[in-house]
Amino acid sequence: MSELKVVGHNKPRYNGLGHVTGEARYVDDVFVPGTLAVKALRSPVHKGIIKKLDTSRAEALPGVHGVVTCEDVPCNTYGYLTLDQCVLAEGAVRYKGEPIAAVAADTVEIANEAVGLIDMEIEKQTPVFDPVEAVKPGAPLVRPEGNVLMVGERPYRLVYNGDIEAGFAQADEIIENDFFFPSQEHAPIEPQVSLAVPTEDSRLTIYTVTQGLYFLLKQMQRILGQGEDVSERWSKRHQYTHHGMGFSDIKYISCDVGGAFGGKTELHADAIAALMALKTGKPCKWRWTREEEQLCSMRHSPWLMHFKDGVTKDGRIVARQVFTRHDAGAYTGLSSYVVDKHAFYVAGPYYLPNVQVKCQVVYTNKVPTGAIRGFGVTPGTYACEIQMNMIAEKMGIDPWELRFINAMRHHDQLATRTKLDSVYLIETMQRLAEIADHPLDEKFKAMDSSPREA
Amino acid sequence: MALLEIKVNGRQYRVEVDPWANLLDVLREKIFITSPKAGCETGDCGACNVLIDGKLKRACLTNALTANGSEITTVEGVGQKGALHPIQIQFYENYASQCGFCTPGMIMASKALLDDNPTPSDPEIKEALSGNLCRCTGYVNIIKAIKAAADDMSGQGGEQ
Repeated sequence: MSELKVVGHNKPRYNGLGHVTGEARYVDDVFVPGTLAVKALRSPVHKGIIKKLDTSRAEALPGVHGVVTCEDVPCNTYGYLTLDQCVLAEGAVRYKGEPIAAVAADTVEIANEAVGLIDMEIEKQTPVFDPVEAVKPGAPLVRPEGNVLMVGERPYRLVYNGDIEAGFAQADEIIENDFFFPSQEHAPIEPQVSLAVPTEDSRLTIYTVTQGLYFLLKQMQRILGQGEDVSERWSKRHQYTHHGMGFSDIKYISCDVGGAFGGKTELHADAIAALMALKTGKPCKWRWTREEEQLCSMRHSPWLMHFKDGVTKDGRIVARQVFTRHDAGAYTGLSSYVVDKHAFYVAGPYYLPNVQVKCQVVYTNKVPTGAIRGFGVTPGTYACEIQMNMIAEKMGIDPWELRFINAMRHHDQLATRTKLDSVYLIETMQRLAEIADHPLDEKFKAMDSSPREA
Repeated sequence: MALLEIKVNGRQYRVEVDPWANLLDVLREKIFITSPKAGCETGDCGACNVLIDGKLKRACLTNALTANGSEITTVEGVGQKGALHPIQIQFYENYASQCGFCTPGMIMASKALLDDNPTPSDPEIKEALSGNLCRCTGYVNIIKAIKAAADDMSGQGGEQ
């Protein structure tokens, strides 16, 4: 066997020397002479209609180089999978902190003062925050098309295998529990920041905080370039660029990232910094404050999860029905992907002859949610494993043994009906029990993952 | 504007600053010493830690003019590639940095501790780092690095 070069060896930390000497360059450590400071006017209300937006007083303030509103965005709708979010709010605001306008000025102080000079009238509307309230008939609508993300024809993602009712009929005991997984903020020590530098031929160099450059480049190209639904307003906006921006017109540079945890895979500061740079012709840096980072950046969605399991006396789960609700906040972001991933894994690594999983994405008037360490899998695993312990307690079976009884083996199917070639869950648990000094019955020590009989 | 004269990492600087400017902005934006980071700008995270006349301070909470005439040390002045300080070597060797954003502040807090107390106990290390946040939660390795650095430094019979 050839010698392993990486596994089992310590390797130096990538850029570790840069970290300990201060040489590492984060976006905010990049300085371009003449850079303007950007600040944004954010929605002060959770839900409302913008009745008036007059930026003339802000524009007239000495030291201000430009103000942008939705009128300045070549293509104002964007999103990873559903194009439902505006770079700068257009008509309506759906969460507190949603950007409405932005200012570029000589200093942060002037930019802040200018933001305060923007005349805005917002008609407050009744928001809805609780996903359970949001799906009730007559609930305030977060978006005109309704508060639930449609997955094809259905208001939830459905994954099933076998016959759930027949499964419950075979069960000796029905065990139902509810689980809640709260929202989380990534809270990286480095807040969101972007530096956009105009270069010759109306091109842009953007220094950003992300590990997902190409995800964002695609969206930036849409926003600044000829997005599929560029409106006739584009001609007006031509004044800033000679042509719609293509991929080759944006030089995207990812600096060292000061903590992301998923929170920097979505567009935060780049689009507005870029628009300001195009409008003013000067380098523009938008660095979010800690408050903005905590209150306005994308976060991890809270989940409500309901498990109903049919269990036999000998500990076999013969039916598992899961209904979960995912609070997406005001816009879809990655939710349609997150809900798929969640639906595929929430039932756990167990052999379930009859399984039905329904996962719903609900919109509320809160900050949009998205990627964080494990997407929808972490909350699902939390609920599933606590449910396993609760089944064990109720049935008077050791929690380890319950998992051995129900563990997936080679050739078993997931709820998605994907047949797995190799599993090795049983062998993993045997090794874990050994390491943890947990006594196992000989019966379980002798088990292996060989396929169960048909 | 007011005139500020400070010595940073052994070099004398003379800059015009706003009377309300904080030391963090002056270091970063006027003299381009970028290792002190703006993590919170409210004194909570410790990413902007520097030594002012040997004392550990939050640059974001320090009015720049109050530092007039003082000597400031940032991580660039602790050691550089080829001439690293034992704390830097041990942070690197012990994988005490992940994203690295909090690292300069951590190293400055560690330096202040070891200058004062060359053989700290675990609780003393934790106490000394209580003002520094690492969101990647690499605290275990950070504490390991500081202990190893303390051993190195006492082996050498004192600082550097």
